[in-house]
Amino acid sequence: MNSNIGQKEKQKEYQKYVQQKMPKSHIVTNCAKAFVGGGLICMLGQAISDFATNYYQLAKPDAASFTAIVLVFLGATLTGLGVYDDLGKFFGAGTIVPITGFANSIVSPAMEFKREGYVLGIGAKLFIIAGPVLVYGISSSILVGLISYMFVR
Amino acid sequence: MAFNRIGFSTLKYLNMPNITSGAAIVGPVEGKGPLGKYFDIVLDDDLWGEKSWEKAESKMFETAVKLTLEKANKKATDVQMLVGGDLLNQIISANFAARTLQIPFLGLFGACSTMAESLLVGSMIVDGGYADDVVCATCSHFSTAERQFRFPLELGSQKSPTAQRTVTGAGATLLSKTGNGPKIKYGTVGTVIDLGIKDAGNMGAAMAPAAVHTITAHLRDLNRTPDEYDLIVTGDLGALGSDIVRDLIKEQGITLGSNYTDCGCEIFSKEQDTHCGGSGCGCSASVLNTFILKRMREGVLKKVLFVATGALLSPTSSQQGESIPGVAHALTIECD
Repeated sequence: MNSNIGQKEKQKEYQKYVQQKMPKSHIVTNCAKAFVGGGLICMLGQAISDFATNYYQLAKPDAASFTAIVLVFLGATLTGLGVYDDLGKFFGAGTIVPITGFANSIVSPAMEFKREGYVLGIGAKLFIIAGPVLVYGISSSILVGLISYMFVR
Repeated sequence: MAFNRIGFSTLKYLNMPNITSGAAIVGPVEGKGPLGKYFDIVLDDDLWGEKSWEKAESKMFETAVKLTLEKANKKATDVQMLVGGDLLNQIISANFAARTLQIPFLGLFGACSTMAESLLVGSMIVDGGYADDVVCATCSHFSTAERQFRFPLELGSQKSPTAQRTVTGAGATLLSKTGNGPKIKYGTVGTVIDLGIKDAGNMGAAMAPAAVHTITAHLRDLNRTPDEYDLIVTGDLGALGSDIVRDLIKEQGITLGSNYTDCGCEIFSKEQDTHCGGSGCGCSASVLNTFILKRMREGVLKKVLFVATGALLSPTSSQQGESIPGVAHALTIECD
């Protein structure tokens, strides 16, 4: 029992030591890169949306769908060309959070697990990254929808 | 009472198995690293004409064994046993290569410590007179390890500063009863040590205490000091892990000098942006079987302590929040 307590303390001490010893992420640089990367994608999105409203005379909701479709297409294509992972390595959250990152999170497992077949590979593994986002995103939107239905009406 | 044991965990190989030959194959990134010119084969493409990364990895294992035998002018039928393993589930790379090689095979899993583990076992087999020639081999592959342990290759994610890059590489050693190569004199079997590190992106810190435990036990068992060795080399602790080893071993009253290094720190250059360096079975296997053996044959190194370290985690254990146990096995390789 005593040695068990000793072991716990030793572990705690070691973890504290590793925490202060290990190289840290550069939070400021990473945030700046994410801001620039994410900002550029959003600017592109705005440009597509403006193009849709001005050139194709689309209504606002339709222009939003149009923008999403174009951005997902671009994200998926860049993933297929093997470019998006390099962008992601540099821009971090800036390329993960926008909808292009969502496209990347679907297409990359599809490419990775193609060798395990269309059913057990692509079919089963397509959502390994995006799945949790969908599950909790949809769940929370239902919850918020219910709350707004009950109280905000 | 066992007569070939010394102290807590050290084995004495009375007949001193001979390292007849060694060979290594690495991927393109490793080939561009500082040790690139030492490897026997550097692949242009790490799929190597195969249909999957797993097939390519198995082919690397098989080819490393064949190359080692070729260097010693031997055929697969001349060796009596093959010992080795790899990182993938159910060690498929090694198993599938053994299927083709048709050498009686013992599969081992020691994660990234497999090179040292297979040399420990291989030496026991040769020393005990159970075989005259044994091949010990292991391999790892960046792309198979990523998909088993981490994320799809094309996912745009960032790695933590403590992360290491799995080496695409395979190494094999031919141990023989007789010969005039470097000899394996002692082996120290590692104890599994866990100081509670849970971050699978920080395996250097998870394995370092095991390396310290094994090195300390080895030196104590043999009543040796670190400076008796021309080189003390750990397997794949990387920059952070090897720094931790220096720190922790000082607490035991042992100081590691400039004769201590880590294969994970040597195989990639800083510009290659691999964060803390290389990892994987292939890391220590490829460095030992080419660079270190060559230096020993040239007489630059006479006494080497080779300590390969392994992080004994699985994706399941990680997801269930288990900490990462580490193990380290050591061998002394000496020239007469």
